[in-house]
Amino acid sequence: MIGGLRKAPLSVLIAAGLAVTIVLVALAAPLVAPTNPLDLASFNLIDAELPPAWVEGGDPRFLLGSDNQGRDMLSAIIYGARVSILIGGGAVLVAASLGVALGLVAGFVGGRLDALIMRIGDVILSFPTILLALMVAGVARAVIPDASGPKLAPFILIGAIATHEWVQYARTVRAATMVEAQKDYVKAVRVIGLPTRRIMFGHILPNVMSPVLVIATINLAAAVLTEATLSFLGVGMPPTYPSLGTLIRIGNEFVFSGIWWIALFPALALVILVLAVNVVGDWVRDRFNPKLRGRKA
Amino acid sequence: MTTPALAIDNLRIVYPREDEEPFVAVDGVSLSIAPGEIHAVVGESGAGKSTVANAIIGLIDKPGFVDRGAISVGGRPLGSEGARLGRDIGVIFQDPMTSLNPLFTIESQLGEAMRFHLGVTGRQARARSLELMRAVGIPEPERRLSAYPHQLSGGQRQRVVIAAALSCDPKLLIADEPTTALDVSIQAQILKLIRDLADQRGLGVLLVTHNMGVVAEIADSVTVMYRGAAVEQGPVGRVLTAPQAAYSQQLLAAVPRISEKLRRFAVLSQEDEQAGAARRRIAADYGAGRRGGQAPLLEVRDLVVEFRSGGLLGPPRVFRAVDQVSFSIAEGEVLGLVGESGCGKTTTANVVAGLVRPTAGEARLAGALVAGKGARRPDEAGRILQMVFQDPYSSLNPRLRVGRMIAEPILHHAVAASREDAAAQTQALLEAVGLSRESAQRYAFAFSGGQRQRISIARALGPRPQLLICDEPTSSLDVSVQAQILNLLKDLKDQTGLAMLFVSHDLAVIRQMCDRVAVMQAGRIVELADADRLFEAPRHDYTRNLSDLIPRVENARARAEGRSTWQT
Repeated sequence: MIGGLRKAPLSVLIAAGLAVTIVLVALAAPLVAPTNPLDLASFNLIDAELPPAWVEGGDPRFLLGSDNQGRDMLSAIIYGARVSILIGGGAVLVAASLGVALGLVAGFVGGRLDALIMRIGDVILSFPTILLALMVAGVARAVIPDASGPKLAPFILIGAIATHEWVQYARTVRAATMVEAQKDYVKAVRVIGLPTRRIMFGHILPNVMSPVLVIATINLAAAVLTEATLSFLGVGMPPTYPSLGTLIRIGNEFVFSGIWWIALFPALALVILVLAVNVVGDWVRDRFNPKLRGRKA
Repeated sequence: MTTPALAIDNLRIVYPREDEEPFVAVDGVSLSIAPGEIHAVVGESGAGKSTVANAIIGLIDKPGFVDRGAISVGGRPLGSEGARLGRDIGVIFQDPMTSLNPLFTIESQLGEAMRFHLGVTGRQARARSLELMRAVGIPEPERRLSAYPHQLSGGQRQRVVIAAALSCDPKLLIADEPTTALDVSIQAQILKLIRDLADQRGLGVLLVTHNMGVVAEIADSVTVMYRGAAVEQGPVGRVLTAPQAAYSQQLLAAVPRISEKLRRFAVLSQEDEQAGAARRRIAADYGAGRRGGQAPLLEVRDLVVEFRSGGLLGPPRVFRAVDQVSFSIAEGEVLGLVGESGCGKTTTANVVAGLVRPTAGEARLAGALVAGKGARRPDEAGRILQMVFQDPYSSLNPRLRVGRMIAEPILHHAVAASREDAAAQTQALLEAVGLSRESAQRYAFAFSGGQRQRISIARALGPRPQLLICDEPTSSLDVSVQAQILNLLKDLKDQTGLAMLFVSHDLAVIRQMCDRVAVMQAGRIVELADADRLFEAPRHDYTRNLSDLIPRVENARARAEGRSTWQT
């Protein structure tokens, strides 16, 4: 797959480059960002609402301007992207692990367990992603004290997003497992007498992983968006520990007073990140689909 | 001299490749088919025989192309002005289950070519369709015209495909493995039909097949292909009884014959000493663990397997796949289980292997109850019983290294003391089946079908089984590879005293491999006897019938002398 990247079209190369750059910059935020937006002592209200550096009245210290608290927007975006990516990636990881495990069990064991798992999945899929995530996040805040605090909020968001997303993995893996389970190599290890767990995870799992990788890449973008939406709606990351969605929400209040940069730059960062990941994801999907592979070559 | 139905002159078909010399799939092949003649093109997979047929139909896979050579049908070149597919050339494909469109009636599929090429009206097309259905021997043609493909049996579907191919009175019929997907009894009917049609209508037939028996029974002349070239051409009686080219001789020697049992097949590539030595070492290990006693190794008693379907609305339908089957296998004995598709032979094997639960009856392996009421399959059963499957492409896990696949059962059953020991045993097993030690590091896709089957056998031998279940182990392989695999199994049996349950639809293979044979029909064993007795003096009508219907290479001699051998 990585080797195939050399033959990928230019658009994919650009997207992959952008995605890798954003992720690297975000993960290395403390090293890259000019200031630390999480350190409340480091910024001053005197610097609040400064426009970007190239606009009249701008300050070269704040390249993309500052927000209503006097925070440097560039630093806030870099730190915010880190939060968004970590939550998105975490949600994908949790959803994929849960979905793959449940899908394998459903597909291989079958019967009532299969019916139970898949019906739960059907019910979950009948809720819109955002509504379900809102419900989970809302309930969690009501039940757990300090759930909206910066320590617990990321985990609640990951859980809220994964609650909806695992079904897609489970369905795909279940279908692939049912196909693989009929193949003779699975019969061969059954004749040997290997325990079911080992057959499922040691022999079938490696053969059903390629569609999972495809879904995971595409879902990463979706998960980042869902997190942004939740934060925008106010049930996500708190303003003291902002993600891209939180920044957009804060900026949204100032858009009509002519202070456009607080909302625009985080939104642009989000769009570029999601677009880049989606382009790469589409390409990965085509590469893994043998029916489509020969077409463009 | 009459115009030949098909004339191919010096045909060369080339597949360009990236960064490599182009691959020549067909190189300088010429052949000519007279009206009423059946010309067989034989060879192993990759020989280019289907490519020749596809060139006539115009269906060469991209990026291949006809480099040079001329093809003419009924004296006219191919093309929109000359001979046209559907009108001058009829085609029969291998699998009647997929070559008819399931959404259209038989009538519309039969009449389509006529309406298009001959411009006949619906009524004329219907009348001609009826006539064609009678000609290909479909009972109650009026009723069948409005039927859909799924309402017909496999044999009837193939007849419909033949009728459709004949609808515009072609001069040439191309039959690419027309009976490979069919049971022997239906195969016999379809072959007879093709022979009769060629005789009655003066139809030239290009028959592409890998089955030498089919060639011997119905073809007039034959072209033997090897790596794209025609190595030998001539009348069937001569080529099959006294082949001139070295390759033809080798190919014919590898064809299992039903009339006599050989100790080994003559194969050109003799296996090296190393493989024999490795097998002897494994056999020596076997000697220590051998069970004594006279009790049978496997005993199957009154086995019944029923499959239920439907039942959501109304009563479930019960299908009895295996019906009161009993047999036993002694140590070191090979029992053949033979029958047509759907007779329950594979289901029986699967019950013994523990893959299917029986409805009633029981199976005992080395005295322990392994299937049936109250059976808790002991761990030991997973060691002393191993299985080799039909399809070498699905029986190996594509994501695991060969070495790990072979070592897994060895480690699981603690036949090896350590990982290092297991790795050493894996290498010895690979050598014993005639593969290199380095094969352990590679993945299954790097191997050919025959090599994969060897890996499958090596995996099965790892835990030192006493009973090997072989479910059609060679039916997806070429004859020469089949001969090598059968030789390997024979050697293993001779050297280790391995008992086998050998499931196959191919009576000739069963004859070569088995000590005793059980013939199954519709879930029951109709005859169980010593192999020699069964083949020389079959008692049951079904056995006799089955054995008569097998196309035999041996019959080429009789055909050469002008005697008719075909009986249906």
